[in-house]
Amino acid sequence: MSVRVGKTAAARAFPVAAKEALGNAQLRRNVHHATDVIRNKRALRVEEMPDWQQLRDTASAIKQHTLAHLDHYLEEFSRNCERAGGQVHWARDADEANAIAVKIIRGFAEDGAQEVIKVKTMTSDEVQMNVALEAAGITPIETDLADMIVQLGHDEPSHIVVPALHKNRVEIRDIFRREMNLPELTEQPEELSAAARRYLRERFLRTKIGISGANFLVAETGAVCVVESEGNGRMCVTLPDMLITLVGIEKVIPKSQDLEVFLQLLPRSATGERMNPYNSLWTGVTAGDGPREFHVILLDNGRTKLLEDELERETLQCIRCGACLNACPVYRETGGLAYGSIYSGPIGAILSPQLQSLEHSRSLPYASTLCGACYEVCPVKIDIPEVLIHLRGRLVREEQKTLGGKLGMENLAMQAAAKSFLSARRYEAAQRLARMGQKLFERGGELRNLPGLAGGWTKFRDLRAIPKKSFRDWWKSEGRA
Amino acid sequence: MSTEAREEILGRIREALAVEVLDPAASYARIARKYRTSEGLSAEACIEHFLDRLRDYDTEIFHAANEGEIAATVTQAMQHAGERSLLVAKELSAAWIPAGADVRRDEGLSTAQIEGVDAVLTACEIAVASTGTIFLVHDGAQGRRVLTLLPDHHVCVVRRSQVVGTVPEAIRALGARLGHAVTTISGPSATSDIEMTRIRGVHGPRRLTVILCAE
Repeated sequence: MSVRVGKTAAARAFPVAAKEALGNAQLRRNVHHATDVIRNKRALRVEEMPDWQQLRDTASAIKQHTLAHLDHYLEEFSRNCERAGGQVHWARDADEANAIAVKIIRGFAEDGAQEVIKVKTMTSDEVQMNVALEAAGITPIETDLADMIVQLGHDEPSHIVVPALHKNRVEIRDIFRREMNLPELTEQPEELSAAARRYLRERFLRTKIGISGANFLVAETGAVCVVESEGNGRMCVTLPDMLITLVGIEKVIPKSQDLEVFLQLLPRSATGERMNPYNSLWTGVTAGDGPREFHVILLDNGRTKLLEDELERETLQCIRCGACLNACPVYRETGGLAYGSIYSGPIGAILSPQLQSLEHSRSLPYASTLCGACYEVCPVKIDIPEVLIHLRGRLVREEQKTLGGKLGMENLAMQAAAKSFLSARRYEAAQRLARMGQKLFERGGELRNLPGLAGGWTKFRDLRAIPKKSFRDWWKSEGRA
Repeated sequence: MSTEAREEILGRIREALAVEVLDPAASYARIARKYRTSEGLSAEACIEHFLDRLRDYDTEIFHAANEGEIAATVTQAMQHAGERSLLVAKELSAAWIPAGADVRRDEGLSTAQIEGVDAVLTACEIAVASTGTIFLVHDGAQGRRVLTLLPDHHVCVVRRSQVVGTVPEAIRALGARLGHAVTTISGPSATSDIEMTRIRGVHGPRRLTVILCAE
């Protein structure tokens, strides 16, 4: 089995990529602007909900409950979807999901001709389905405006909800001019979206196969729910003769009634709207309405491993609203591409490494200040800072198992610190030693340019010198000990 | 279909959840739901709320005092943009259809035929005031899904009695109807993908008109 999340295996470490992103003033302006707009809209729409915290509590409880009975609900969904004429497939990893999709498409299209229309699905980016389709001679057409911008610009998505948020209107105009052969196109957003409409309209009408993701699977009915704004989702799930929905196993919810919670939380968190323009809900196939053949691919790709540990399991509660990205002081400076994963920002920093058993995206748990803004805005209350710390711990323990890690400066320093914290006598001795040692680096009560590992700290931050007299010394000198 | 993959994934889940042996139904019933299911508004305030939300999302609003006024109101809504042809589901009440309109009844129309129509007229299932959302359950007078997708103008008749206050009220009223094909519509098609500027009308209908029928 090979778990793969986008192109993380080839990604640079976050600090390296982040440094480059920070040097790109245009990128930073674009990301600041977009995240500011969404954050403000979200705040407005959340403020008008007096029961927001109660909704979060219930959403979190529903997700926790579902994950604790995931086998039960997946089987229930599968049964009901098949009863309604859908076909359910199970994929252990990315390659298996892609192989299933390719096989279904080849089996469906008589003449081998091959185009599919796609509505935004991060899961398909996770398994790199477009690469697999193209390798099989099938042309995927992305239909979400932002995904089109990414696809036509040969770019990568930088946000879960607004994948092209790192591009401004002029950059988008240039991509469209080039790729759609429209030299006269202006950068007016209305004109750009009208160009996308014209470009896709005929493709929507002629393409026989659609691929979608899903926001929710309802176990009770076997229904699939897609949440969107542009109408391209409705096109993709309605017009083709055959539809394939690729979805992570954690997207199942027990009952239709649970939608009353998530359909209030998701749009407000994702785009700051009371409700997004369209939600589509369908169950299997309906005679005379929509695709006559419908397949669901249930994807594991590392998810089941997260179930074992209750804290790690929280990560699977995510409904991909992107609120944590917009709130994150790190994401807001670097944008999403620096994370090297299609899942960026705080949720990406915990999801990407965990799905891959910490084999890739190992720098991401450190791409955070642990300020907690992500947890505060999370509609399903994932304690992201807690998970980040947990993952840092796992990484350190893994590192300690290797000889290089065991004898590394950081480990030796930490071990020494741990020892000295164990007894007051040793701690005081260490303090005296440090007080003598710091004389070389102290200027005006601040330590600067410390050597070795500690230099990493003082390079960017102030560090107060250890005072001549500690509190304990003073206490003793006052004769109160 | 590989039952091997299915068994392996379910096996991994069961192994990971080794300690969880509780009855799902009992544990589901214990989930606390302390959020509002109603905003406690009067019927009048609820309608005002609904209209306010519709306006907020660029939906055009017309009023009909009763069933008999719907046809004339549809004419008005279509005149607005000089539209001629009108698409309706087979089951839509003939009384709603304006005399003289170029009517296309859906008795198995092709996608190309639907694409060529100016406007579509439908009923709705229920509407939510707090979010300005219309629920279509795609049968009867609400038509199959493609009818309200391709024409550029969707005219939807909402009866006052169909407007509820909140999303939970609508979801609970819909009950088993949520096992059918359902579309919720909140304003015309829109995108904010370009610098977070809301642009009306991308792929779905660029105009949405609600005719609020008082009885």
